[in-house]
Amino acid sequence: MANLYPGRRRRNVIWTGLAYAATAFGLAWLALILGALLWQGFGGLSLDVFTKVTAPAGMVGGLLNSIVGSVIVTVIGLAIGAPLGILAGTYLAEYGRYTKLATVVRFINDILLSAPSIVVGLFIYQLLVVPAGHFSALAGAVALAVIGAPIMVRTTEDMLNLVPNPLREAASALGMPRSFVIRRVAYRAVRSGIVTGILLAVARMTGETAPLIFTALGNSLFEVDPTQPMSSLPLIIYEFARSPYAEQQKLAWTGALLLTLTVLGLSILARALSAQRGANQS
Amino acid sequence: MNEATETAAAADPAAGLKEKVVVRDLDFYYGQNRALKKVTLSLYQGKVTAFIGPSGCGKSTLLRVLNRMYDLYPGQRAVGEVLFDGENILDPGLDLNLLRSRVGMVFQKPTPFPMSIYDNIAFGIRLYERLPRSELDDRVESALRRSALWGEVSDKLRANGLSLSGGQQQRLCIARTVAIRPEVILFDEPCSALDPISTAKIEELIDELSGDYTIAIVTHNMQQAARVSQYTAFMYLGEMVEFDQTGAVFTAPRDRRTQDYVTGRFG
Repeated sequence: MANLYPGRRRRNVIWTGLAYAATAFGLAWLALILGALLWQGFGGLSLDVFTKVTAPAGMVGGLLNSIVGSVIVTVIGLAIGAPLGILAGTYLAEYGRYTKLATVVRFINDILLSAPSIVVGLFIYQLLVVPAGHFSALAGAVALAVIGAPIMVRTTEDMLNLVPNPLREAASALGMPRSFVIRRVAYRAVRSGIVTGILLAVARMTGETAPLIFTALGNSLFEVDPTQPMSSLPLIIYEFARSPYAEQQKLAWTGALLLTLTVLGLSILARALSAQRGANQS
Repeated sequence: MNEATETAAAADPAAGLKEKVVVRDLDFYYGQNRALKKVTLSLYQGKVTAFIGPSGCGKSTLLRVLNRMYDLYPGQRAVGEVLFDGENILDPGLDLNLLRSRVGMVFQKPTPFPMSIYDNIAFGIRLYERLPRSELDDRVESALRRSALWGEVSDKLRANGLSLSGGQQQRLCIARTVAIRPEVILFDEPCSALDPISTAKIEELIDELSGDYTIAIVTHNMQQAARVSQYTAFMYLGEMVEFDQTGAVFTAPRDRRTQDYVTGRFG
């Protein structure tokens, strides 16, 4: 024992040190990114950003149409994707739990979770943009739904799998039909978990750019009609960042800051909800 | 207490007794594995029947056939006849929800729903009846009184069911079950997760409920079976070894295996 211990202790110190260093390295990059965003984008934050539409170079502009466009496309995408995702997750966890079909669906869902978003965009382009003859926010929303739904399927299924079987049996033992057991008991038990899934999906959908390039396209005017092309924050960041004009580049940074803060806010909210849920159940 | 009344009626045990549930030649399969072998017994109306036996003998399996709980899981199936008031409940066309409204079940681990105490009980009632608020309040109160829980929770009906202690939660589950007025109540080791004081309260409760309800209780505690039941079924490796009045099973068992089990040779 005496001659092995000092060596082990030395190695312990080295490995612990490396672990801390790796964490610091990762956090440093996060800090640098946030720092760069704040440094470059904060200065551009003004009322104009939220009240004026994007303007050609040389004119005073803002990001109003992009912000509104992002909201519209994400909301419609959520309206399409959330019911699909939650119901599919419910099927996987409840009705189809032991079936072959569920195994296949789960596998396909896992593939979709990491599908290249540009491929999704091209697919929706062929499906919705070409036959219609024009780009539209609706097509963008469908593309985002395809991106967001697998996240909600996964979260819903994982959450419902946590519901103990005795609880379901107790509800069935009262003579409750299957759909009641799921709606009134199982969903109720994992409500905050499902909401967390929705928030994470929204965070993902808000930040996607590639699918929107081929579907919503972008719009320099203020537009709320979903059948028309529509601007969104990721698209405008992409456009302005490549622009040679300083004011547009500045707006791109501001847009990037807004986008990051939104995603960060949603993730923190999701975290807070799951911590609250953890506290309630203990 | 039970043995005294039993020896008095021992002359003709089946006299005046209605068979509420009759199990005949029941086989049960988990996939290919045969868990119950030609089980035959009767639950008499208004009486408490205990299922005892060593772990894995099939007593919980048998209990769960009586309200078709196994139906929730594919790969589990029952073959034979189980007559509830003369109707075979193994019939695939049977309305399961209706069956379960007449045959209630209390589980080993207390499972209150994630809602208030009031809603836990009102939930089941609302499934079947549309009642005005005042009548619902009365039903909830009488169910809680029936389960000896009213005194402890009458001032906090809005509190979450999960905030109660283990024994209280189990009594809440019993209240929830009696609230929908079933005819038969099945208890699956209701006290094994509870402390001795809660156990005593629940045994008292079962005693009070019997008479109005037909009760079947699975227990691995032989003394409990002797205390609460009038009839006992001893099972071993999926077979119904002996079924008789409780007094007879414990003091004069006919089968060697029963004798070994009740004297503590194994189990």
